[in-house]
Amino acid sequence: MSQWDRFAETFFNGAVMARYLPDIVAGFFVTVWLAVLVFLAGLALGLALALVRSLRVRPLNALIVLYVDLFRALPPLVIIVLLYFAMPNAGWSPSGFVATWLALTLVLSAFAEEIFWAGILAVPKGQWEAARSTGLGFAATLGWVVLPQAVRVTIPPLTNRTIAITKGTALGSVVAVSEILASAQTAVSFSFNPSPLMLGAAAYIVLFFPVVLFGRWVETRFAWKR
Amino acid sequence: MPGFAETFLNLAIMQAALPYLLQGLWTTLLLVALVVPLGIAGGLAVALLYRSPRRRVRWPLILYVDFFRAFPPLVLLIFLYAGLPFAGLEIGAFTAVAIGFFLNTSAYYGEVLRAGIESVPRGQMEAARSTGLSAGRAMAWVILPQAVRNVLPDLVGNTLEVVKLTSLASVVALPELLFAARQAQSLTYNPSPIVLAAVIYFVLLWPFVRLLSRLEHRMLAAR
Repeated sequence: MSQWDRFAETFFNGAVMARYLPDIVAGFFVTVWLAVLVFLAGLALGLALALVRSLRVRPLNALIVLYVDLFRALPPLVIIVLLYFAMPNAGWSPSGFVATWLALTLVLSAFAEEIFWAGILAVPKGQWEAARSTGLGFAATLGWVVLPQAVRVTIPPLTNRTIAITKGTALGSVVAVSEILASAQTAVSFSFNPSPLMLGAAAYIVLFFPVVLFGRWVETRFAWKR
Repeated sequence: MPGFAETFLNLAIMQAALPYLLQGLWTTLLLVALVVPLGIAGGLAVALLYRSPRRRVRWPLILYVDFFRAFPPLVLLIFLYAGLPFAGLEIGAFTAVAIGFFLNTSAYYGEVLRAGIESVPRGQMEAARSTGLSAGRAMAWVILPQAVRNVLPDLVGNTLEVVKLTSLASVVALPELLFAARQAQSLTYNPSPIVLAAVIYFVLLWPFVRLLSRLEHRMLAAR
């Protein structure tokens, strides 16, 4: 057997791959589901916080800034470990899925709040004044005039941040979420062959490479506005 | 059932775990001191090579950057640590972390520095060259300082992400801060060491988050 054959036999073992493909595919859907839930909840919470901040109530804003700073400073894995391994001591035992989802949602909402808030600030004051002078109320001005303009500037940074954080779903493997990486690692230890890891790597590329390309497209598409 | 403070903020346990956690913090700082300069150097190489007029030079660079931006760093780390030994390459936790984080961070730094260099008007290079500076010196003394200034928030933000990234090394049993905290937790059956580790991370990184916030808002105000 040549060196190359031995290499292929080890890392691209067809029999092993065929045997564990269903597990990896199942893990793929867990990853997608987790990423979608993080995306939806994180952006919704981030937008809500930015809207509350635009009311400019001092004590409330101080709390929001503290919240944002906290979740921008803590590594996501530390938050996951805190939720999963420490919370049971307080009588709440979240599953690995819930712990990972909640941790990544908190982190994404913190980054999203900063980006949305920056976007709202980037809309010139005259837009507010003009809208209010036509008789629109505060909420109508924010919803119909300011936010549509703000969202435009926020899309490129928001896309990049969302990609970076949804990739963190792989951290779920540390707390026994059977997503792609955990399924692949389990398969490796059962088969004593690294081929499932190659399959897992391929699954991540299939999932995230198009998203990164989309992010690149968004960046050039909205570039003139910056 | 013991009270909240006794469970999560148990001072006696925190005190006992502190020396161990500080040792972990030291390893975390060593990792940062290794990965950040390596990542910036790799990113700079990517950004400079990207200026080549040849497509077959630029194309693989984009592929490199996008590949490692799409690939979760933990998956890369596990592949290096648990996959390569099957090929007869026992590289150990520290080398796996160093290589994995280098590939990941150099891609991110490369993208940031590339955007920075592109943000400097062409006339700057032409003017610098016409004063007699060589191409290398014009890049180092005229273009790069302006490029770095233009993308300073992104550079600081990326460096912050690298520091947070080092916590992944705990997964391959490298005894950095989070790993030390997990060990102390499992020895004491008490979550206080993890809370203490979170506090250390926050105290360490909060000034940089504040700085980043300021830089971002100043950037916005300057437009």
